Amino acid sequence: MIIGEMPPPSGAFGVDAIAMTMRFGDFVALDNVELKVRPGSFHALLGENGAGKSTLVKCIMGYYHATEGDILVGGREQAVGNPKDAHALGLGMVYQHFTLVPAMTVAENLVLARDDVPAVVNWSSEMKDLEAFLARMPFKVPLSARVSDISAGERQKCEILKQLYLKRRFLILDEPTSVLTPAEADEVLGMLRDMVVKGELTILMITHKFREVMAFADDVTILRRGKLAGAGRVAELTPDAMARTMIGAEELTVQPPRTGEAGTARLELERVRALDDAGAIAVHNVSLTVRAGEIVGIAGVSGNGQRQLVEVLAGQREAEGGEIRVAGDPYHASREEMRRHKMSLLPEEPLKNACVGGMSVADNIAFREFDRAPFASGGWWLNRGAFRDDAKKKIAQYKIKTRTPDTPISALSGGNVQRAVLARELGGDVEVLIAANPCFGLDFAAVAQIHAEIMAARNRGAAVLLVSEDLDELLELSDRLVVMFHGEFVYEARTSEADLTVVGRHMAGH
Amino acid sequence: MTTEAVDSTEAVGTVAPAADAGFLQRHGGTIEYVLIPGAALAGALVVFGIFVAMFGKNPLDLYFYMYYGAFGTWFSWQNTLTRAAPLILTALCTALPAQLGMVIIGGEGALLIGALSATSAALALQGLPPLIVQIAMVVAGVIGGGLWVMLSGALRQYRGVNETISSLLLVYIALAVLNHLVEGAMRDPASLNKPSTREIGAANMIGTIPGTDVHWGLVFGLIAAIAAYILIYHTVFGFAARVAGGNIRAAKIVGLGVSKLILTICFLAGGAAGLAGMVEVAAVQGRTNANLAAGYGFTGILVAFLARHNPLAIIPVAILLGGISASGGLLQRRLGLPDASVLVLQGIIFVFVLASDALYGRIGFLKGKS
Repeated sequence: MIIGEMPPPSGAFGVDAIAMTMRFGDFVALDNVELKVRPGSFHALLGENGAGKSTLVKCIMGYYHATEGDILVGGREQAVGNPKDAHALGLGMVYQHFTLVPAMTVAENLVLARDDVPAVVNWSSEMKDLEAFLARMPFKVPLSARVSDISAGERQKCEILKQLYLKRRFLILDEPTSVLTPAEADEVLGMLRDMVVKGELTILMITHKFREVMAFADDVTILRRGKLAGAGRVAELTPDAMARTMIGAEELTVQPPRTGEAGTARLELERVRALDDAGAIAVHNVSLTVRAGEIVGIAGVSGNGQRQLVEVLAGQREAEGGEIRVAGDPYHASREEMRRHKMSLLPEEPLKNACVGGMSVADNIAFREFDRAPFASGGWWLNRGAFRDDAKKKIAQYKIKTRTPDTPISALSGGNVQRAVLARELGGDVEVLIAANPCFGLDFAAVAQIHAEIMAARNRGAAVLLVSEDLDELLELSDRLVVMFHGEFVYEARTSEADLTVVGRHMAGH
Repeated sequence: MTTEAVDSTEAVGTVAPAADAGFLQRHGGTIEYVLIPGAALAGALVVFGIFVAMFGKNPLDLYFYMYYGAFGTWFSWQNTLTRAAPLILTALCTALPAQLGMVIIGGEGALLIGALSATSAALALQGLPPLIVQIAMVVAGVIGGGLWVMLSGALRQYRGVNETISSLLLVYIALAVLNHLVEGAMRDPASLNKPSTREIGAANMIGTIPGTDVHWGLVFGLIAAIAAYILIYHTVFGFAARVAGGNIRAAKIVGLGVSKLILTICFLAGGAAGLAGMVEVAAVQGRTNANLAAGYGFTGILVAFLARHNPLAIIPVAILLGGISASGGLLQRRLGLPDASVLVLQGIIFVFVLASDALYGRIGFLKGKS
């Protein structure tokens, strides 16, 4: 250990976490974990939800103070008391969710993030500096564009650029590609990889995606249940070996084989139009039929009207025109219609779209059925015992990890919130299922379980509309594939016959 | 804050019994709901003491007389309870819509309209048996107040008008309507200096609870608060309201009719305040005039916030604030403070309560070790 020497001001440096233990009360979140990130390397941190990845990086960034253990930055022991200390040492973190101010321009966001923003900003000289800075960077972003107007991929690039602009040379990326298309993800990670190779940067990336680990990372550290499960050179490992280390003895849900043929039309959209929040046309005269026992996948880059279309189907947005029919009847997303047609919805970001964070897991599971027996006696009196009994059954069946059924659902991890929604929406009979990015940001076990449930619902004869930004997911699950671009359906094919390059071209609007 | 910590403690797919991690961890949340408003109240009293000291009065005398005037004797208890009755009802006018995430501050307007409706019903039914007149007054008061606040709900739901602003402005419209009628169409020619409606008649007054000077309005308030609690926490309707209030998008995705919930809750809220107006007419004033605009509607907002919109917690809080206002007279007589000084105290309490909202979940020793 070199004592008394500051980490180099430019260029890459490494970070080691030695014998990290983090206890919350009686619970051990990290148990004697080691992490060695070599200077100038691209390091992947793998693990399931709850394995302790976030706790570990939060200890490194100074959000948590480890109960035991040391942090070495550039080979020198450092006390990182708070995120400011970490920033001063050149450590930066890019979060899964964006931290930019949407109403401000990219340039404003970058300058705003600095610690030393002057009272009066000299924009002409700042812009000159920013342009000079950008010229050295591999990414290009439009400096004077408003953040709300740029794509998710560009926003993620801005987040990374912001860290580089703040002269951070060790970047922690928390699932950076969960909002990006595969092409965007490859582009961003590829450019970061180039900077790592040039020795300008060290990267520690939290991820679930083995493809990205294999393609971009040098080293990998795998955590399981708060313990170090394995570490090594990526070149010496296979995805299978990593998956086994990550999951341990836990069995992944096996997806049932695709069985049965598509039946009659169940969900029909006819020239449906919808506006976005700003009043611009988001969904433009789309028509589609989904038949019983079939999964129709809607592919597209985020922001092409998929969200608004799903919101219309979910009753969260009024359609501007057109007609939606379920089993031949007009459909306006009322409770009675949803119930009659046995409709289920798995929206993206379930905590935001389908749950009440402050209400208990048991309450949230009962949202569809609370006004009927056995949950309600006489149609008005809540029968609390029935809530708890049903929740206990579903918690076990859907493997929801929660302390008690009475825990507020906001205390659960993302995967477990989605499992609770899955239990609610797929717990009974399903005839029509609408799912939007149901696996967004979830771990392996949760993804496998959700995919298996969707396929099982299809096999039982449900009409499934699956909207996803993850093309691999669509190719795996759907029978038919539709591409949405600028609010319209621009391409349709049987998935087995779809040409990936043609699909990609349509997604990009060519 | 420690999602990871929570979800990996348990074995997969089982419901582990809650670990017995000490009293504070189990009851930290509940204690918070008592401790923080209590501390806000104490802080407000200290600041009010300083305010009074600036007038050259001894703050310790102040606290003694406040206690004495509010809870010191059976007489002051009765005075306190009489004032608490309308406060319970007007507090419900803010607390019920709060379950849906709405901030309604127009209880005063619903109280006035409720009083006017109840008086009109009584005057129209003169000569009928008192019980029938009284029932008609209750119904008219509830409907009048209910429709008044429902108007704010409808403006929000169908026209996107902020319900806080509209309910506040409707207070002034209600006052104008009241003044217009008592000085015009409904004026009792015999009321010279203070324009009022005719008396509803001594036989139609609702009287006092036997053995006390406290009128039956207190019982109305208690029943309404308990009924509101049951409605919110034990019925299908209340569950739907809490879903919609917690997350409107989640309510829509399960197909709940949000408009109906908003209008019904607003009607019930306004109905409670309207009932307070009816009680003030039928138990205290005997007629409608500008005296009814005594600020019960506004104090009710304070009660609801202090009680964190829990209908049961409203009862003790209303008694506490009823006591503060009951002590105003004694402060005036013994300390020579202006009668309005209790309004200063109410204002200070409101500021403290709103500021204390920032403290929830941030008090170190209540969080236990996690």
